[in-house]
Amino acid sequence: MRKAGGENRQLLIRLAVAAFVMFGFGFALVPFYEQICAAAGINNLLQPDRSAVNGQIDESRTITIEFDANTHDLPWQFRPLQSEIKVHPGQLVQIAYEVVNNRDYPVTGQAIPSYGPKVAGQHFRKLECFCFSGQTMAARERRTMPVVFVVDTDLPADVNTITLSYTFFEVAGTQASGGDAGGRS
Amino acid sequence: MAAVIPDHLHDHHHHGPTGLMRWITTTNHKDIGTMYMIFSFIMFLSGGVMALTIRAELFQPGLQVVQPEFFNQLTSMHGLVMVFGAIMPAFVGFANWQIPLMIGASDMAFARMNNWSFWLLPPAAILLLGSFFVPGGAMAAGWTMYAPLSVQMGMGMDMAIFAIHIMGISSIMGAINIVVTVLNMRAPGMTMMKMPLFCWTWLITAYLLIAVMPVLAGAVTMVLTDRHFGTSFFNAAGGGDPVLYQHVFWFFGHPEVYIMILPAFGIISEIIPTFARKPLFGYASMVYATASIAILSFTVWAHHMFTTGMPAVGQLFFMYATMLIAVPTGVKVFNWVATMWRGSLTFETPMLWATGFIFVFTIGGFTGLICAVAPIDIQLQDTYYVVAHFHYVLVAGSLFALFAGAYYWLPKWTGHMADERLGKIHFWCSMVFFNITFFPMHFLGLAGMPRRIPDYALQFADFNAMATIGAFGFGFSQLIFIVVLVKCVKGGEKAAARAWEGAHGLEWTVPSPAPHHTFEVPPVVK
Ligand code: HEM
Ligand SMILES: [Cu+2]
Repeated sequence: MRKAGGENRQLLIRLAVAAFVMFGFGFALVPFYEQICAAAGINNLLQPDRSAVNGQIDESRTITIEFDANTHDLPWQFRPLQSEIKVHPGQLVQIAYEVVNNRDYPVTGQAIPSYGPKVAGQHFRKLECFCFSGQTMAARERRTMPVVFVVDTDLPADVNTITLSYTFFEVAGTQASGGDAGGRS
Repeated sequence: MAAVIPDHLHDHHHHGPTGLMRWITTTNHKDIGTMYMIFSFIMFLSGGVMALTIRAELFQPGLQVVQPEFFNQLTSMHGLVMVFGAIMPAFVGFANWQIPLMIGASDMAFARMNNWSFWLLPPAAILLLGSFFVPGGAMAAGWTMYAPLSVQMGMGMDMAIFAIHIMGISSIMGAINIVVTVLNMRAPGMTMMKMPLFCWTWLITAYLLIAVMPVLAGAVTMVLTDRHFGTSFFNAAGGGDPVLYQHVFWFFGHPEVYIMILPAFGIISEIIPTFARKPLFGYASMVYATASIAILSFTVWAHHMFTTGMPAVGQLFFMYATMLIAVPTGVKVFNWVATMWRGSLTFETPMLWATGFIFVFTIGGFTGLICAVAPIDIQLQDTYYVVAHFHYVLVAGSLFALFAGAYYWLPKWTGHMADERLGKIHFWCSMVFFNITFFPMHFLGLAGMPRRIPDYALQFADFNAMATIGAFGFGFSQLIFIVVLVKCVKGGEKAAARAWEGAHGLEWTVPSPAPHHTFEVPPVVK
């Protein structure tokens, strides 16, 4: 029961190693999480969607698609070239956004899409989008970027308007300030 | 490292430094235990002031007392201070005082490391509380510090992160000390299955701490590097994912809630048999229940994340796993009740707190089960219902158990019986005001009042006013405890070695107050 000091020290070392291993485990959760998401097919914001299941167009329904553009702490001008369009489910459509880098140096941004109503997201299939990868803009560059998409024919009947909204974030590390509110400069 | 065998320290103590230096350099488990408890009580009062400010703001709809930005800082810091500053160090204080006394050891295994574990805490507390005064104010992302908000805050966030690192290191050192002490320092004849349940629950808690505190350290380190070093763990724009933060945090977070409740189970399991004058019912099943709670607690973390868009199978898994934990928890409650069954019960102050604990903690367990039902939780998530749930388990659970334990062992610590009359008033005020504060929150949550917001819709006004009145009552009731403490330290009825006649266990074989050095010659347990 009462053990010699050496045994205490041995147990201490073992437990300390366990603590370090668990610190590593916290970081190991990162790739693990990515694997699980990939396997479960969730969280694939940056991947092209599978193209529409059948090529049929449902002419009986007309859906209004509204386009929205935001930037987050990023002095880019970012706007859709059309504020809304009307489409039939199943119809392949191409639209475009325009972005201008107001800075005198290159900046990389990443656009993150979101949908309103949320349920529309799973029926909104983007086949081509500038959001699939980061966009590096040269100093003062102006660029027009297309989005190609199909709205699924199985879109729930109560959804008549879908808002597609992009927010451009600056990719951290491409430029000194991370951009935030409050004390840091 | 200071792998000193405490027996060797014997001499140099009596000739050691005096005054303040005595406390700074002490390696005595009783001194350190006392310091832990004083520290945690101070933190409890500071967290309490924040809570009362929050409740003052919520007394009426509209903004009266504080600005929304400051309100967010208050809710966030209240949580952090209570969890890491008040509840956890208080239990470590109990462990320091009681474990060596209970297993017949002369001190903790690593006396010098014990001193370091404690003295890391005040700097961490200064970082935390000091962050209110830096530009941008204190961390305001909630005690859970969810990304992406935590990636964006001002330097208060960095201070909170460092404070968590420091407190984490302190907890891990404390936990290692406890494991080694319990496993290696027991008196001859004190087999594992003869150990008081408090030692068992702390042993298991210590393993939990070693397993999950580093994961929290990892999570906040990732936030830190995302903030300053250009990584993108949680930054969606750089290919990261804020939901990942929630997974890593709750992988720590759920075991953490058991870290805060298992030692409480241990304290209650000491007190109930004493005042029922019967041995604990189902000792072995208590040990196994504690161990299974600890193991299961690693499999349920995503019940905090039912609304993050998990696949349905994931929701089902975490829902059933969470419900499974209620089984060993139920075993404990039934064992306590069975211990009281047909016992010769008396209700001295510690027993009042312990019985009160069983009653209110069980309510919290039930609301936990309700939150565990995924479809219901999607409605309840981030409402006051969750606030009610976790205050029933943390305040009425962990905190009430701490008070129970304090009243129970104060005679051993000070040599005087605590004032029974004041103790009982303290209990009844706390019990009544606690329920006035938190019971209405169930209704508020069910009706949809969101948490962490400084204003609310008019229909919530009445219950909020009630909760605020209760909260101030509860807060001021705690001042009674200060009076009890002061009176008990200064004097009062002399406590016998066995202060409670139904008490068993080695700690009651040494005189009251426990002398500075105990069990230098190990007792033999038959
Ligand atoms: C029968 C046992 C328990 C069950 C089934 C349970 C279940 C849950 C669930 C499902 C939630 C998430 C609710 C939501 O965010 O929507 C939750 C939150 C929480 N629980 Fe429990 N719980 C139990 C016991 C405990 C204990 C013993 C403690 C601590 C001593 C605790 C502390 C908390 C805390 C602090 C939160 C809120 C965390 C936050 O969002 O800030 N729970 N519980
Ligand atoms: Cu949990």
